[in-house]
Amino acid sequence: MSVKFENIKRLDVSKPLKLDCGKTISNFPLAYETYGTLNDSKDNAILVFHALTGDQFVTGTNPITNKEGWWVTAVGPDKAIDTNKYFVICANVIGGCMGSLGPRNINPDTNKPYGLEFPVITIKDMVRAQESLLDHLGIKKLLCATGGSMGGMQLLQFCATFPNKTFSAIPIACSSSHSAQNIALNELARQAIMADPVWDNGKYALKNVQPKNGLAVARMVGHISYLSEKGMQEKFGRKLQEKADYEFSFNADFQVESYLRHQGYAFVERFDANSVLYITRAMDYFDLSKQFRGGLVEAFKNQKTKFLIISFSSDWLYTTKDNKDIVIALNASGADVSYSEIITDKGHDSFLLNEPEFLKTLKSFINTMYEKFKNEKRI
Amino acid sequence: MKNLKMKKEFKVIADLLKNDTRVLDVGCGDGSLMDLLNRDKNIEVRGLELDQDNVQQCINKGLPVIQGDAETELHQFPNQSFDYVILSQTLQAFYEPERVLKELLRIGESVVISIPNFGYWKVRTKLLFFGEMPVTKTLPNTWYNTPNLHMCTIKDLFNFCDEKNMNIKKAIGVNEDKTSLIKRSNLEIKNLFSKLGIFLIG
Repeated sequence: MSVKFENIKRLDVSKPLKLDCGKTISNFPLAYETYGTLNDSKDNAILVFHALTGDQFVTGTNPITNKEGWWVTAVGPDKAIDTNKYFVICANVIGGCMGSLGPRNINPDTNKPYGLEFPVITIKDMVRAQESLLDHLGIKKLLCATGGSMGGMQLLQFCATFPNKTFSAIPIACSSSHSAQNIALNELARQAIMADPVWDNGKYALKNVQPKNGLAVARMVGHISYLSEKGMQEKFGRKLQEKADYEFSFNADFQVESYLRHQGYAFVERFDANSVLYITRAMDYFDLSKQFRGGLVEAFKNQKTKFLIISFSSDWLYTTKDNKDIVIALNASGADVSYSEIITDKGHDSFLLNEPEFLKTLKSFINTMYEKFKNEKRI
Repeated sequence: MKNLKMKKEFKVIADLLKNDTRVLDVGCGDGSLMDLLNRDKNIEVRGLELDQDNVQQCINKGLPVIQGDAETELHQFPNQSFDYVILSQTLQAFYEPERVLKELLRIGESVVISIPNFGYWKVRTKLLFFGEMPVTKTLPNTWYNTPNLHMCTIKDLFNFCDEKNMNIKKAIGVNEDKTSLIKRSNLEIKNLFSKLGIFLIG
């Protein structure tokens, strides 16, 4: 995969970052994108954290893939997160492959791509790596920070690690720790990649190839987990793919097979297999309560940030219960927390889709938070 | 008319509460009461509400609200984490009102509950003279679609609190715009002429 990264925004983070694994990275690139304009009082900044396979290109056209940004439904002019009004920032996570330091980068010690030499990173490492970006942009306190799925996990970590750095926070469809089922699904994705002979212990980049088959299967696993049983049945049922009857072969007879194959093979064009290994590992290691003696309640102690947690009724990857556990912890720590469960059949993917109730909630919360933030600053 | 009466109830409740306190409004609806308490009395409010549209409206008003079912989800609130817990006209709709009330007393130092009074004279006459389940402004549903599972009178609630050793600090009867204090001594008459009973327990 050859992509041009010259024209994307990148911050060279000079401050050394000691990772949870014990290794230190310094002078590393952090790719990011911004939308809208930061106002003079610098109180309209919204930080978005992206999910597993997301990137910094939240809306508009992604200049690398020439596809629409991953959250175009929610972010843009006059959208729920209105870029006419707010300054939206998103950084590519470290370990990723859209310009931030990741396993595809050249290891200065060997002059070869890192591959598995890349240090194992955590959600906390990802979040801490993004702190310098706010300094760089001159933002002392964010109006809001938000993110779905792994983006929500980063956000919870962000609030725990940098208390009161954001006036409000909207974690969406996430969890404060990965469940056994979450880990199992990620392991399935990793095993699919590692079982592809092209993967070659992560050294495929040396040959300028990509373990496409393994990576595509990994993506298919993901896609199944992003949809609900009912949503999938309604969308595909047993419908056949452009044919009248079974072919009596192993081609994609069913629409659902065709869909998965398409999603899988489209993904390999834009994503790095080793990045999937590293990022899924970071998600599996995520357990916010483990970081704090006293558990999750302790993690959110002394929070002045105003939270809105959103879950989707048919999400079985990060369930309503997972999200409610966060609400309970925030409540127990006395934080200002709202919670809404959006009723939908669209599963975990809902946060990326045009779900009117969800987008309405997002919009009204952010707008009222903006008024409150401005008032607070006036006082 | 209904709205005016609602506001009267909320005003009575607001008058019962001290300024600058922390309040949980269980079944907070569209957040009208929370809004009133927050603006007029500088009370830090939290709401619990089941209905999606109501939750949305609270969020529109910038009021913190948790979507959830009070019957099953009160456990998430820590012991004595609020000065007051308010339950407006919903006690009778729970499967287990006693358990819910005990939960409210665990969460709040005091509990404010209001009940539509089944002892109100119009309610009584409807049943007595017409032999039909009463439908009134305060009890607008018919027998087959009412959410109320455990209708009670103001007197019933007095007796209940006595039996369960719950201390009624103050009880107020509401009839349209008129409010009056209810005591053991005037209970029979207030039970007859109040549409709504509001209790401060704790």
